[in-house]
Amino acid sequence: MLEPTTAAALPTSDADPFAPEHLRNPEPLHRALREAGPVVRLSRYHVHALARYEEVHAALGDWQTFQSGAGVGLANFHHEKPWRQPSLLLEADPPHHDAPRRVLREILAPSALRRLRETWQAVAEDLVDTVLAEQGTEFDAFDALASAFPLRVFPDAVGIGPDGRDNLLPYGNMAFNAFGPRNDLVAADAGRVAELSGWVNTRCAREALGEDGFGARIWAAADRGELTHEQAPLVVRSLLTAGVDTTVHGLAATLYAFATHPDQWQRLRERPESARVVFDEAVRWQSPVQTFFRTATTDVTIAGVRISEGTKILMFLGAANRDPDRWTDPDRFDLGRDPSGHVGFGMGIHQCVGQHVARLEAETLMTALARRVGHIELAGEPRRHLNNTLRSWASLPIRIRRAA
Amino acid sequence: MTLEIRAKDTVAEGVVSLTLAHPAGARLPDWTPGSHIDLVLPDGMTRQYSLCGDRWDAYTYRIAVLREPAGRGGSAYVHERLEPGDRVGIGGPRNHFPLVPAGRYLFIAGGIGVTPLLPMMHQAELMGVDWQLLYGGRTRASMAFHAELTGFYGDRVHVRPEDEHGLLDLHTWLERPVPGTTVYCCGPGPLLAAVEDACAAWPPHSLRTERFTAAARTDPVRSAPFEVELRRSGRTVAVTPDVSVLDAIRLAGADVLSSCEQGTCGTCLTPVLGGTPEHRDSVLADHEREADDCMLPCVSRSRSDRLVLDL
Repeated sequence: MLEPTTAAALPTSDADPFAPEHLRNPEPLHRALREAGPVVRLSRYHVHALARYEEVHAALGDWQTFQSGAGVGLANFHHEKPWRQPSLLLEADPPHHDAPRRVLREILAPSALRRLRETWQAVAEDLVDTVLAEQGTEFDAFDALASAFPLRVFPDAVGIGPDGRDNLLPYGNMAFNAFGPRNDLVAADAGRVAELSGWVNTRCAREALGEDGFGARIWAAADRGELTHEQAPLVVRSLLTAGVDTTVHGLAATLYAFATHPDQWQRLRERPESARVVFDEAVRWQSPVQTFFRTATTDVTIAGVRISEGTKILMFLGAANRDPDRWTDPDRFDLGRDPSGHVGFGMGIHQCVGQHVARLEAETLMTALARRVGHIELAGEPRRHLNNTLRSWASLPIRIRRAA
Repeated sequence: MTLEIRAKDTVAEGVVSLTLAHPAGARLPDWTPGSHIDLVLPDGMTRQYSLCGDRWDAYTYRIAVLREPAGRGGSAYVHERLEPGDRVGIGGPRNHFPLVPAGRYLFIAGGIGVTPLLPMMHQAELMGVDWQLLYGGRTRASMAFHAELTGFYGDRVHVRPEDEHGLLDLHTWLERPVPGTTVYCCGPGPLLAAVEDACAAWPPHSLRTERFTAAARTDPVRSAPFEVELRRSGRTVAVTPDVSVLDAIRLAGADVLSSCEQGTCGTCLTPVLGGTPEHRDSVLADHEREADDCMLPCVSRSRSDRLVLDL
C-alpha cells in the first residue's frame, strides 16, 4: 500500500481513508501513515496527509500558512462551489473570522456556562434515573444516554424549540460527511439536503430562538454591532452544526471506553473529581472528529517536504492523538494519563469554541452515572455508524450493575 | 511568557518601537487588531501597550512607546534602559478594543493612540471596507508612522498636527451621523471626551474608544519564588521564576487538564481560594480578574507570597 518514491522522498499511499474499512477501523491506516513519514501523499485524492502529532499540532496552530477559508474538507472552495454558505467560523480565516469567533467565545466561555451547571446536573440525574427505572440493566447506551442527554440540554441552551430536534443529528451527519469525497455516504444524504438545511436555517432566525439562550445572545451581540445581522443566523447555525453530533459521539466514545475498561470505571467512581479529565482522555483515545483539511496559502516545507500553494492537506487528528512519539501506550484508555495537549478539539484559532460546553455535558452526565452505576460492560457488539469525518456510533448495547 | 527585545527603533520624537520575539524562536500567541500586551517591568509593575505590528508574522510583536515625563517611570525605563537582547515578561495579548464589522470606519487617533488603529487599517484594507484616518498630534515630528501611513494609504489618511492645523476639526468630521459607519478613537482623555461629545447624536454602539487606565494594582508582580498550596490534596509546592504554576503543581501530583498552554483556550481554569494571582491570560474578563477567585495556571503567576488553589 505504501510505496516510497525516491524522486521526491515523499511516501505515497493509494489508500482511501474515507473507504468503509478505514472509517470502521481507522487505527491500522493511521499507524501506516505515521510510520511512512511526517508527510504522505494520498495519490487517490491528490492531497498531502499529516498523521504524526508534531506536524498535525504545528499545522493546526499555523493559520497563516494553512488556511481554512478554502474549506476544511476535500473540496477547494476557490474552485468548487460549497454545498452551503460557508461557516463564518470553521471555514473562514482572519480577518473575517475574528468577530464571529470573539462573540461565540465569550458566549461559550467557562464563566458564562456556570449558570448551566446546576440545570444540567439535574437533567443528567433525572435522565439516568429514568433510564435505569424504565430500561433496567441492559440498554442501548447510544440512544438512551449518549444521544438523549445532549439532544435535551444543548438545544435548550441554544434556545431552539422542542419541535424537529430529530433533524439535528441527520443534519450534522450530512455536514460532517460533506468534508469528505463525494462517496456513497454523501450520496446517501443527498435526498435530504434541502429539507434538513431548510429546517436548520429557520431555527437560526431571531424569532425562532428563546429569550435567554446562546442563540439570543448571538443576536444580542449583533444588536450591539459586534456582528452584522446577516452574520448572526450563520453563527447560530455553527452551534447547531458543530455542537450536537460531536458531543453525542464523544459521549458514546466515553461510555464505550468504560464498558471496555471496567477498572477505569472503578477509578472514576473512587475519584469523581476526575470526571473532567475522563472526557478528554476519551476524546484523545477515540477522536470523535477524525480529520480536517487545510489548504496551503503559500509554497511551504514541512519536515523537508515541499508542498505547493493551493495543496489540500489532510490532518489526521485521530492518528496524532495516538502517536507513540507523543503518548505512552497510546492505544490504551487510561485515566492515569494526562491527556492535555490532545488535538481532538483541534488547536489554535479554530480550536473547538464549544469545548467547555462539551466538557460540562460529559462531566455532569458521567458524574450522575457514576453515583448510580457500579459496573458497566458491553452486552453485545457495538455498531459503528460510518461518517466521512466523525467516528460515530449506531448502537452501544451495555449491561450495568447498580451501585451498592 | 518571557520575550526578547529584537529591535528598538526611534519612530518619532519621543517614541520608540520595540520588536519582541520568543527567545527560542517559537510562534507567539495569536492576537487580533486592538489587542494590547502587559509589559512586566523589573520593579514588578506592568504597563499596557497596544500591538501595532503584523499578525501575519506569527513570530514577532511590535509595540510603540511614548516617553511620558509625567508618567510613573514605565516609559522612561523602556526608553532609557531596555535594549536589544534584553528579556521582558509579557502578559496577554488581550483585546478590549476589537474591530467590529462595519460598512465604513472612521479612525481618529491622538498622538501615540494611533498604535491600536494601525492593524485595524490593515484589516479594513484586507476586507475591502472603506475607511479614513484622522490623525492629530502636537507636531508632525512627534507623530509616529505618519509618513508610512500616508505612503501606504494615500488620501485615506489625514495628518493634522496641532501646530499646523490647530485642534482636530471634529465638528466637521462628526457633525452628521453616517449610517453604517463605526468610529474608532484612541488618544488622550480630552480627545476621547471631545469625540464622545461630538458623537452624542450617533446611533448607539457606533463609537468605540480605547482608554488605558492606570492599573489599580499596587502590589507588584513577584520575581521571587512563591508557594502554591493545593488545599484539597494538602500539598504545598514552591514555584520558581523559571517554571509555570501549571508545571509546578503537576509535579506535585495535581491533575489539571490543559490544552493550549498559552492562556487562550481556558481549559486549565482553576479556582483560587487564597492569595492574589497575577493574571497573564487572554481569557478572563476584567471583573473575573479582579475577583481573583480563579486563574489560568499555564501562564498566570502570583502577586502574593502564597496562592491557595482548590485542587
